[in-house]
Amino acid sequence: MTDEIPEIESVTGTGVPIRGNDIDTDQIIPARFMKVVTFDGLGEFAFFDLRFDEDDNQKEHPFNEQQFQDASVLAVNANFGCGSSREHAPQALMRWGIDAIIGESFAEIFAGNCLALGIPTVTADHEAIVDLQEWIDEHPDGEIHVDIESETVSYGDTTVEATIDDAQRRALKEGVWDTTALMKSNADAVADKAAALPYIDE
Amino acid sequence: MSEGTLYDKVWEEHTVSELPTGQTQLFVGLHLIHEVTSPQAFGMLQERGLTVAYPELTHATVDHIVPTADQSRPYRDDAAEEMMSELEENVRESGIQFSDPTTGDQGIVHVIGPEQGLTQPGKTIVCGDSHTSTHGAFGALAFGIGTSQIRDVLATQTVAMEKKDVRKIEVTGELGPAVEAKDIILEVIRRLGTEGGVGYVYEYAGEAIENLDMEGRMSICNMSIEGGARAGYVNPDETTYEWLKETDYFQENPEKFDELKPYWESIRSDDDAEYDDVVTIDGSELEPVVTWGTTPGQGIGISDPIPEPESLPEDKQDTARRAQEHMRVTPGETMDGYEIDVAFLGSCTNARLPDLRRAAEVVEGQQVHEDVRAMVVPGSQRVKAAAEAEGLDTIFEEAGFEWRNAGCSMCLGMNEDQLQGDEACASSSNRNFIGRQGSKDGRTVLMNPRMVAAAAITGEVTDVRELKEVTTV
Repeated sequence: MTDEIPEIESVTGTGVPIRGNDIDTDQIIPARFMKVVTFDGLGEFAFFDLRFDEDDNQKEHPFNEQQFQDASVLAVNANFGCGSSREHAPQALMRWGIDAIIGESFAEIFAGNCLALGIPTVTADHEAIVDLQEWIDEHPDGEIHVDIESETVSYGDTTVEATIDDAQRRALKEGVWDTTALMKSNADAVADKAAALPYIDE
Repeated sequence: MSEGTLYDKVWEEHTVSELPTGQTQLFVGLHLIHEVTSPQAFGMLQERGLTVAYPELTHATVDHIVPTADQSRPYRDDAAEEMMSELEENVRESGIQFSDPTTGDQGIVHVIGPEQGLTQPGKTIVCGDSHTSTHGAFGALAFGIGTSQIRDVLATQTVAMEKKDVRKIEVTGELGPAVEAKDIILEVIRRLGTEGGVGYVYEYAGEAIENLDMEGRMSICNMSIEGGARAGYVNPDETTYEWLKETDYFQENPEKFDELKPYWESIRSDDDAEYDDVVTIDGSELEPVVTWGTTPGQGIGISDPIPEPESLPEDKQDTARRAQEHMRVTPGETMDGYEIDVAFLGSCTNARLPDLRRAAEVVEGQQVHEDVRAMVVPGSQRVKAAAEAEGLDTIFEEAGFEWRNAGCSMCLGMNEDQLQGDEACASSSNRNFIGRQGSKDGRTVLMNPRMVAAAAITGEVTDVRELKEVTTV
């Protein structure tokens, strides 16, 4: 039983930039790696086809680079995580080591899946993201601080205004991002609702 | 905020509580599950000592990994067999109905729900699959969820959601010859972008939508997610009701039809409903649409030139350049004549009976091009049986198509149906992402089923209107 859900007020760690718009979940975790019945071990398959050629030789990709191996803050561009609803995508990123994602925008289901894992998806404008990605390249050991409450991202001497969806901010901050127990406690109201809906057979 | 729309009404009807996060706890009327995204959710339940709260409101099928050729057990692919066994055990232990391949009811989850009458207007429907938006064609509020949310639904029959804005997409006019629902939705995504729908639910309306059959409406709602909208719907009308009447549920419970109809009528968007945004598209101007790139938003009319990246908005240029390099297409040219190696007629977007009928009409009396591997993968066992009863299998097989069993197949390449190397595929599916069809160098061109049939015959992307006289939808 995991009743204790941690409150997540901030995430601090070094960064890794992944550039490009419309990076879909098929790129984050190709479907052939989803032929599994647990999420264990998905980390090594994150961005697999972008990281390896057909003979499994490493290609140029930030997730392959030595200086980013301990990174926990992912910096991405627009519409990141579009495509399928597979939670395998954020699971793979999380298991690779990612604790927070900063981007221009996120696909809705992907962002929801991240929240269910306690991974903030923070947005900032295009220029701010490009600056952050460049800074990470120059400072692979530099710490990035994502503050949930103040909705800011700080690195080096810079602090940028970011946006965190209201519900996400409250869920992370108050430790209610895992909603099962919370919703289970309303079981009576759920039963009443089931009884009231015209299409539910008795 | 919108007011008086179907979305507002169904939302209100299913609201259980407001959560401390500000999200709404929404009751789920129908939960569909399949073998890929559910096993981990059952695992999480077990870890927490929880059981399925309303098993009678959940329905299972197997579609993503199921082989479409030899389906004898154990499956040749060990991983597929393990996933299937896991699902069988989970549904048995929880008392969940399972349309498995031995029932004759198995198929792609978004094909079988409607077939059996599980999908109904005014229901909330969720599934661990982004194309759950399909069920919105019936006036249901239907959307894809992740595995942690599947756990929530199994444990509580509810899901935590934030309310979205509503954009009405009005498609006016009459569609031209060989122009289908698929072309409408590809045009919607081209115009509004792959992230244009983020934060919105799409209501599809207007003459061109109302004139579509249910299968066409499903094709449109299906690809809402490709435009960034998690859900899309069409208000229920007589076309919807006629379709529902023939389904198992209402055949077995005819009294339910009259009982529920007032509810269905009541949740239709009001004439004076308020929307957060309205977009109008002239359907009569459309021609068959094909994609030239690697996102579903990179589409063009079959006689339109492939855009120069520089002519696109700045934030789309990089993606376009990379897409054109991957697809090996040249700006300024049309997609007409683009050589293909594979023709795939299948998927939850376009593998229902009318889709197969229209494609068969093009195929009849023709031969698949000698360099093309062509396959038809019906959306469900029932679609397959109905098509065979009409002799469509013979038409396809005589032309040189493989006639396969139901499943997701080459839409996402999780079974053995995959592109090899840099093969190009004319596909009636929904995603042209790099690697989507099983090969990272594979190239996917999305199009409607008749266009897939035409490409199979000529070996290249072809304007079906020039290949054969075709009727309108």
